[in-house]
Amino acid sequence: MKYVDEFRDPELTAHLLHELKAASTRPFRVMEVCGTHTMAIFRSGLRALLLPEIELISGPGCPVCVTSASHIDAFLQMAELPETRLAIFGDLFRVPGSKGATLAHAHAQGAKIDIVYSSMDGLELARRNPAEMVVFPGIGFETTSPGLAATIMAARQQNIDNFAVFSTHKTMLPPLMALLGDPRLRIDGLLCPGHVSSIIGAAAYQPLAEQNHLACVIGGFEPTDILQALILMAKQINEGRAEVENGYTRAVTWEGNGRARALVATVFKPVDMEWRGLGMIEGSGLAIREEYAGFDAQSRLSIPLPESKEPPGCLCGQILKGITAPPACPLFGKGCTPATPIGPCMVSSEGTCAAYFTYGNYSR
Amino acid sequence: MKHTMSQKTILLDHGSGGLASQELISNLFLKHLGNKILSALEDCAVIENQPGRLAFTTDSYVVDPIFFPGGDIGTLAVHGTINDLAMRGARPLALSLALILEEGLPLTDLERIIISIRDASQESNVAIVTGDTKVVPRGKGDKIFINTSGIGLVAEGVEISASMARAGDKIILSGSMGDHGVTIMTRRAGMTLAGNLRSDSMALHTMVQKLLAGLPPGSLHTLRDPTRGGVATSLCEIAASSGLELEIDEDRIPLRAEVRAACEILGLDPLYLANEGKCIAMVAPEIADQALALLRAESGGKEAAIIGALTSGPARVTLKTTIGGTRIITPLHGAPLPRIC
Repeated sequence: MKYVDEFRDPELTAHLLHELKAASTRPFRVMEVCGTHTMAIFRSGLRALLLPEIELISGPGCPVCVTSASHIDAFLQMAELPETRLAIFGDLFRVPGSKGATLAHAHAQGAKIDIVYSSMDGLELARRNPAEMVVFPGIGFETTSPGLAATIMAARQQNIDNFAVFSTHKTMLPPLMALLGDPRLRIDGLLCPGHVSSIIGAAAYQPLAEQNHLACVIGGFEPTDILQALILMAKQINEGRAEVENGYTRAVTWEGNGRARALVATVFKPVDMEWRGLGMIEGSGLAIREEYAGFDAQSRLSIPLPESKEPPGCLCGQILKGITAPPACPLFGKGCTPATPIGPCMVSSEGTCAAYFTYGNYSR
Repeated sequence: MKHTMSQKTILLDHGSGGLASQELISNLFLKHLGNKILSALEDCAVIENQPGRLAFTTDSYVVDPIFFPGGDIGTLAVHGTINDLAMRGARPLALSLALILEEGLPLTDLERIIISIRDASQESNVAIVTGDTKVVPRGKGDKIFINTSGIGLVAEGVEISASMARAGDKIILSGSMGDHGVTIMTRRAGMTLAGNLRSDSMALHTMVQKLLAGLPPGSLHTLRDPTRGGVATSLCEIAASSGLELEIDEDRIPLRAEVRAACEILGLDPLYLANEGKCIAMVAPEIADQALALLRAESGGKEAAIIGALTSGPARVTLKTTIGGTRIITPLHGAPLPRIC
């Protein structure tokens, strides 16, 4: 398949692996920020090829995993409202709230919940069901917020009144700043998320690299993309450089996508946001501006936000911070599996725990 | 009847056992499915005693949408149950057909499904010999649910099961994977993708009988049809039953370009997608090429490939990836859900 096979070429991969090992003069630790990177590294079998010289630890870039229990509780409250339909991304279906209940449970009890592929599909549901209030729980980072902003603008333009969004949207840089300030997290480099970077631009990581003296390399999601990014990183580490480099030039520019950012700024404003496991992070969330308040589900449906309670024993918070690896959690693989997840990192297919459980640590 | 059928729907009366039920039986079911045993309308079918061990299976079909490219709920109900018999090496003898219809189902839809069942049954040469119909009030079901049971005969000396797999056996997949699952998932998502996505629904018993006839006795060890949970889950079940390690090679698994593209777009792993016309065979290594040739001579097996082998390692499934890495394959957990980004 064009644009896929070239980037999974076995000979090219072997060549890049050789080059990476040659460029690495000492073992190093990399945090891959994005859940899609975590999954790609496991699924392609790359992880087994990199260990033990290069240790990869997963960061907070799985949107489902960082959605707080109180936000899930709010979604559950909305699901129980009469004449209300939720349009959700599939991975949200099995995420437990603070009492262990999920939207899957609510669905079984008769709540109207549709799994959609984009927020625009949610708007279409609202158009087709005028007697119902269709609510889209907005989760995700810079990759999904421009599309959601465009959907809200389209809803206004088309006068669709029975559509609203509960925004828990987040931005990537504030939590990275907070994480990197934690002395327990010892990393040599940051593999920056490819798709988020296509919006925010490579330049956005400049303060991170400078303030933390950290090699920041943007990588794509195919095995050769990831290897190329790691080679750039290994060279920086050896030479003692701490720069932003772009290893994903076919999708990411230095400036990013200004038009998408303008859309987001039109509809949303920055607010403090609660992250699962990380707590409240200043200016890390996106709330709907007053001009679009009619599409804000939280105020329109008066949904109170209960206090978050983490499941007892769950280490998702530390795992999201990159301080603890999933197998060290007492619940991992015992009470908590992808079929019966307790913490959010086990629910999403992009979650660190789900990746460890599904793809395991291969050894002969 | 046919003339007026287009305006008609299923009513609660059709499940009453009264006149409306009888009309439905004679004007629709017997018209299309009638045979000596079924048309006698007795309370059960009586089948003449034949030598061999009896195989018996049942399966229910609730697929949504009920019509999809490559088949419908009716073809699945015939093929699925025949395939369950075939996977133990049984020659299918007869099927039962039980329908649970939702009030309001258009009669034209029902007739279309019954015609599919007739065609699938005739092509497979396995008759429907007994049946039942119930109607539930609107909202208590979803258009149509079907249950079929099947009986078959296992010839002497044929011993096919997951526990018969042996270290050294080769693993053969009879064709491309994921076609059915991805067709259903894209239809459900309301997506129209370029290319020709269609279900692979087909009966596998002829293919299996050809294998049994063409291979030395005892060399075909295990058969599985990788339906729900896909190739990955079936292989994991075999690993658990046999206590062996199954090593498969990503590059050798047949996968159509359209299916692969749809999976890349939707974030699905084709190893976990349902198939309805494929089988996985574990065969003795010395006859693997012969088995492959026999499969490839069949219309549904042209793309058959040896995808891996069994070893005496720990009971697990490992995949050698395209780039030369290795990872462990685990069974499907929950339903496959689309990803965010």
